[in-house]
Amino acid sequence: MNSALILNLIRFILLLAAQIVIFNNIDLFGYINPYPYILFILLYPVNTNRARLLIASFLLGLTVDLFSNSGGVHAAACLILAYVRPSFFKFSFGLSYEYQTIKINDRLSPERFTFILISILTHHLILFLLELFKFTFILDALLRTIVTTLFTLLVSILIIYLFKPKKK
Amino acid sequence: MQQIFNFIFKNSTRLLFLLLLITSLVLTIQSHSYHRSQVVNSANIVTGSVYEQVNEVKTYFSLKEQNDKLAQENARLRKILFNKKDSTSTLEKDSVKGYDKINVIQTKVINNTYNTSENYLTINSGSLQGIKADMGVVNSQGIVGIIEKTSPRYATILSVLNIKSKINAKVKRSNHFGSLTWNAKNAGYVQLTEIPRLASVKKGDTIVTGGRSTIFPENIPIGIIDKIYTDSETNYFTLDVRLFNDMTNLNHVYVITNKESDEINKLEAETKPQQ
Repeated sequence: MNSALILNLIRFILLLAAQIVIFNNIDLFGYINPYPYILFILLYPVNTNRARLLIASFLLGLTVDLFSNSGGVHAAACLILAYVRPSFFKFSFGLSYEYQTIKINDRLSPERFTFILISILTHHLILFLLELFKFTFILDALLRTIVTTLFTLLVSILIIYLFKPKKK
Repeated sequence: MQQIFNFIFKNSTRLLFLLLLITSLVLTIQSHSYHRSQVVNSANIVTGSVYEQVNEVKTYFSLKEQNDKLAQENARLRKILFNKKDSTSTLEKDSVKGYDKINVIQTKVINNTYNTSENYLTINSGSLQGIKADMGVVNSQGIVGIIEKTSPRYATILSVLNIKSKINAKVKRSNHFGSLTWNAKNAGYVQLTEIPRLASVKKGDTIVTGGRSTIFPENIPIGIIDKIYTDSETNYFTLDVRLFNDMTNLNHVYVITNKESDEINKLEAETKPQQ
């Protein structure tokens, strides 16, 4: 049991609890809820076992599904986000990202912002397409994706700033 | 053989991804496809107890409103009681069977969604209290939904705000039947479809439950007609119905149990031709 594992475990539980207890009950304008629990996937250490991240993301999504009666939509969206995360790192931080020590939860730079934005956008697009699941609702899904992405982005950045590790 | 193992080891992450992806997609498709098909649902002890705790806190914010609603209902019931012709006579019994056909179980909503196209509610009573799937749920103002899944202490309700929901309903004035569905647009309105075009309906008419199924008794209020338009595909009327109920704010609800539903359903299943 090393400290990174414990930190991730605590983050997993806290984000999940916050999502279920607080963020699922916001209902801005009647139907918009932010999903900042995906910060777990974004903040997961960069150079680690990918299989472990995939399983953790799947379980994270499945638990949210369990609480919101939504089948497997969160699980699918989280899983895909976890799978494409390395490509998003390459896209936003450049090719040699594995050799840098990237920290997402630090001062907001354009690279970090790009990474967070495209991750949230991808997750929400998959989520709403699967949730509405009908071609007649495709515009509805796109609209919800855009509005919810903005909301989640705002909440996520606020959370990152609030819980930023102290400078030594 | 060696090569197969090599392939599996080399692509282990990708295979794991595909396996989990297929699992989640199967769960998604299952939940979308038909009634009572959800594998992952919130009628279990873990989610139920969490929601109960959350609800404990949430109800404090609407205590006054809920009290008003219950007081109003009390007043209404009292009025009916006082207006009864002979208040000394006993309750009306079913003349043949000699017992009350319909029973009502009072319960509380502990989780409520209304912002997706398939909405569910969770209540804190389950099979131990005698709740079974396919029972109707109402509150003091109108219908809420139908029981979907039960666990010993909790149950989930398929809300009327769910594109899978289909409830038999009629226009109170003219007795024309149709089915009540939802188009996932607005949480305050549902649609009554398949009303024949020769029916004389007008804006403001009351819609009530039809009583053709064993789920809801007849004449439970649903809402009033807000808009009438002709369906281009079927040449039937489609009516926008404004719900009496505020589906975004539900607390005390009643589950309706029909003692004869099993018998009726069994008889109907036997009568239907084999497919």
